[in-house]
Amino acid sequence: MLIKQAADLKYSDVTPKSLYTNRREFLASLGIASAGLLIPGTAQAGMKLNVASKSPYSTTEKINSFEDVTHYNNFYEFGTDKREPAVYAKNFRTSPWTVSVEGLVDKPQKFDLEAIKAIAPLEERIYRHRCVEAWSIVVPWIGYSLSALLKAVQPNAKAKYVAFQSAYDPKQMPHAYGIQFPYVEGLRLDEAMHPLTLLCFGMYEETLPPQDGAPVRLVIPWKYGFKSIKSIVKIKLVEKQPPCTWNMMASNEYGFYSNVNPNVDHPRWSQASERRLGELFRRKTLMFNGYEKEVASMYTGMDLKKNY
Amino acid sequence: MLGAKTVVWLVCLAPAAWLVWLGFHGGLGANPVEFVTHTTGDWTLRLVLVTLAITPLRRLFKAPRFTRFRRLIGLFAFFYGCLHFLTWFVLDKSFDLTEMWKDVLKRPFITVGFLGFVLMIPLAVTSTAGWIRRLGGKNWQRLHRLIYVTGIAGVVHYYWLVKSDVRLPVMYGVILAVLLGARLVQSRRSASAARAAL
Repeated sequence: MLIKQAADLKYSDVTPKSLYTNRREFLASLGIASAGLLIPGTAQAGMKLNVASKSPYSTTEKINSFEDVTHYNNFYEFGTDKREPAVYAKNFRTSPWTVSVEGLVDKPQKFDLEAIKAIAPLEERIYRHRCVEAWSIVVPWIGYSLSALLKAVQPNAKAKYVAFQSAYDPKQMPHAYGIQFPYVEGLRLDEAMHPLTLLCFGMYEETLPPQDGAPVRLVIPWKYGFKSIKSIVKIKLVEKQPPCTWNMMASNEYGFYSNVNPNVDHPRWSQASERRLGELFRRKTLMFNGYEKEVASMYTGMDLKKNY
Repeated sequence: MLGAKTVVWLVCLAPAAWLVWLGFHGGLGANPVEFVTHTTGDWTLRLVLVTLAITPLRRLFKAPRFTRFRRLIGLFAFFYGCLHFLTWFVLDKSFDLTEMWKDVLKRPFITVGFLGFVLMIPLAVTSTAGWIRRLGGKNWQRLHRLIYVTGIAGVVHYYWLVKSDVRLPVMYGVILAVLLGARLVQSRRSASAARAAL
């Protein structure tokens, strides 16, 4: 589904610009009202991120508010409650930052953040994002196709999969709990090379806030959200299917592929529908989260009930 | 001066009032339906545990007066259980009875949660003095032991729902085990006391 983004649609049409640019003051003003829930105030300032183009891969669906996307996060390094990362990640140091790209490649390299960001022009892509917990959001991400980075390091013929690893620093993440750390994820090489797979540095015209995976994360819009690993420090090209954190936790619940699929339920709940944040009633979940045209061919002949 | 019962009333009503207040002030967060579902579920379980704590505490402190709060707290537990059930039935299942039954039969965590809720209905209905008289004290007491099942079902429901962080459901489970264990100890004691008296 290639829908051209209407050129005249701005964020101010969906989230009042004054509200999200002044959100710290706005949040601070709520400080008393939300005492005991959240203590906002000293969040890291997002830096303006210039975007070369708006991607034709963008959806025209209504974008969720910056507030929702930054205060409802699954990021267990910063607490298991979805309201916690906004509080516990706010002082996370994302500079200096290096990403090591290694393994079965001809040109392994350690990139500092500015270098990895400069590999390809940054685009804005408005994607649907569907959590395995059956809620969803629409987010204007900023980044470039991961394929550009992989091409730069030149995978060799043996490389079949890509393994990813998140940062883990117990000193900065005292609230990490519930799963094994560091968080690891993986993709098949063709999935990683797919143009929709985004290496993401920002959202809402700014650098990523720490609770959303700063300074660099993946966004794979046709897979459940936990595949879109946050705060990446290592990318390794490998021959065999790499381990993935949730899959190791409960392989019957979280498969390696974890493609969004309304016909394959999670063992404990249905995946047929979802709640879009901001909506009262549930809506139907789309095959591959609505990216079927783009990605279904990668899975032809595969039993998606077995390879969930 | 407020009477003790009024205070219990107000305390039990506070979580619901807090939800309404948050609702009018945009404080329910990014996923208000989930927030309301979780909050009402939490309070159902908490109040069930409070009602179960009354008998052991009464014995411990030799304060028979505690018992007079039990019905009120139990009815509030049922009230939050109703809100919890309705939030799910209306906003998740869109009033669709077929969809509801599908979930109840297919998803173990919903099966036990639903069971725990349904078992509270006869207890709420028979909570009046008239029903105690009609059933007779012994039968009434037997019937109301169903609350043990509701407590266990509530803890299991919560435990099966969470993805990996089981600290809270385990905490409720431990509290429940202590409260049910206290009854076991008590009934053993009175049994052996009865034997000794023979």
